[in-house]
Amino acid sequence: MAGGAAPGGSVQSKTYREARGWLLLPAWVTLGILTLAPLTIMLVYSFLTKEFRGGVIWEFSLDAYDQFFFDRGLFGDEPPRIEWTYIGIFWRSIWQAGAATILSLLIGFPTACFIATRPEKERTLWVFLVTIPYWVNLLIRTVSMKFLLRDEGPLSDGLIAIGAISEPLGIVNTNLAVQLGLFYSYLPFMVLPIYAAVERYNFALSEAAADLYAPRWTVLRRILLPVVKPGIVAGCILVFVPSLGSFLAPDLLGGAKNFMIGSLIEEQFKGNAGNWPFGAAASMILLTLVLILLIASARQSQKRDG
Amino acid sequence: MPQDREIAIEVQNAVKHYGTFTALKTISLSIRDNEFFTLLGPSGCGKTTLLRMIAGFEDVTEGAIYLYGDEIDRLPPHKRPVNTVFQNYALFPHMTVLENVGFGLEMLGKSKAEARARAGEVLEMVRLSQFAARKPSQLSGGQQQRVALARALAPRPKVLLLDEPLSALDLKLRKAMQVELKHLQRETGITFIFVTHDQAEALTMSDRIAVMSEGELQQLGEAREIYERPRNVFVADFIGDTNLMEVTVDKVEGSRAQCHLGGGHKLTCDSVDGIGPGAKVHMSLRPERLFLSADPVEAESLSGTVRETIYIGTDIATVVELEDGPQFTIRSSNSTRGNARVFEAGTPVAVNMEMGAARLLVD
Repeated sequence: MAGGAAPGGSVQSKTYREARGWLLLPAWVTLGILTLAPLTIMLVYSFLTKEFRGGVIWEFSLDAYDQFFFDRGLFGDEPPRIEWTYIGIFWRSIWQAGAATILSLLIGFPTACFIATRPEKERTLWVFLVTIPYWVNLLIRTVSMKFLLRDEGPLSDGLIAIGAISEPLGIVNTNLAVQLGLFYSYLPFMVLPIYAAVERYNFALSEAAADLYAPRWTVLRRILLPVVKPGIVAGCILVFVPSLGSFLAPDLLGGAKNFMIGSLIEEQFKGNAGNWPFGAAASMILLTLVLILLIASARQSQKRDG
Repeated sequence: MPQDREIAIEVQNAVKHYGTFTALKTISLSIRDNEFFTLLGPSGCGKTTLLRMIAGFEDVTEGAIYLYGDEIDRLPPHKRPVNTVFQNYALFPHMTVLENVGFGLEMLGKSKAEARARAGEVLEMVRLSQFAARKPSQLSGGQQQRVALARALAPRPKVLLLDEPLSALDLKLRKAMQVELKHLQRETGITFIFVTHDQAEALTMSDRIAVMSEGELQQLGEAREIYERPRNVFVADFIGDTNLMEVTVDKVEGSRAQCHLGGGHKLTCDSVDGIGPGAKVHMSLRPERLFLSADPVEAESLSGTVRETIYIGTDIATVVELEDGPQFTIRSSNSTRGNARVFEAGTPVAVNMEMGAARLLVD
């Protein structure tokens, strides 16, 4: 008892620090096993030599990256030219994912605002309704989407029946079908973060802006959007990133011509025809790209808020 | 309608329903140009609803509102030349103090430079110039309050609406802001409509006060008039402390009404139109208009016994019980002179009142 509070306190904080170290261990192990280890394996594989029936030969090689960026002719003996095929696929993927993100934002933002302005008791119900379709497997949803969109499908038939169009719709196997598929796959990831932000938004701010002579659209642009921006950015990232690497929607709705990165990577690991190092290299390039985009968007928002 | 430059806001038979609930029952009042006008009442009395109807955030179910003769009740808020100081300030968190204050001017189409210059000027007026570049979250509550005030004053509104703007401040700061607001109103010459539930605040600041209760206007008048000549039980009870008793009127002679309390104690009240002999009505007697003495000083002194004395600081309150029940509270100032009229509990005393202190209430 006579020891006093000061030494007791420091002993306590030391045990606390030790305990904290141990308590964090599971998190570190999980992160290590689930994130660092796979990434390392992928990085290593991207620098190995391919085995023709899938798998790798443990020999260092830059072939995978070389194949991605350069064309050395059919027999690999010509002077290297830039290979546009894969860069083109990447570019299309970014474009498709971007379009899907914008589509999700256009639909998701009003939806989120609608839910956030319902009476408090109803909101949970609306959120629940938004998420219900997502209890169904993604594959089944995407296939169903194809049935809805195809020329003999209800959408096309319906539009012909009401006389809006005379020819079948013909949107399956187009970019638009892929964008719609991606949009529908990831819409809740847009709605939920924006909803969380708008729900916290103090609508007195909108009143204050209107009181200070701002018309409706100006209130939206100058007050609501900037204040809920973190939610919008989060939603866009959550839709854009998985859309970029997605392969189900492009495969099922886009057909062979509308190939995206996800499908390209998937093919390298499927069956015996694949090229593991090339798939790994494409994944690493995709990862780098996403990282650059994320850092850039973080920088941008920091600059504006700082 | 009333093309009167002397009337800033004219509310005519304004009614507000929310579904089946009636928030305002037919209110009419005129707010004069360049006055500090207060809407006073307990929560739920409709004062904020009325303010929001003037600002344009609530539509009027029936009736009309005029601003210097122009009907404004159908205009959206952004087309009304009035500005509001909100209860919790509602400062734009993503803008600096200067941007907040300049926002209204920018929306009115002023150039960026002009808006900045005027915003700087108003910030100077509320003594916040050195905080112009900060975000609202970096300011204290009192400073945020002044930013909200500056933001609403910057566009030079014809009328400034203040929705309980001081309620979030601590007492000392609130008192300082009351004085500051009053000065600001005089300096700018803008009509202020101030909403509060704090009767002391209303008395301190206002030129005129509208006392409201349950969606109805109870009394409208200058602070002194409201306090000294309350019209009904609600106003007498809500404004300040009072001794509220039921009396029976015996006889009315000119401006005096002879009445008696339940136990037969006689007293003289100021007569009020509409109250005749035989009427049983309420009477209000302010504690500071009563004084105690050891022996009766006049014929109508009431005799009783001191029950307790309460030390308030500036004053001392004494509770006296009359011989057959009714209790009076008497206040005397905490001074040598006032303390000479304070008696120990248990002492028999006489309760005396100043001429005209007892006031009959209509309803």
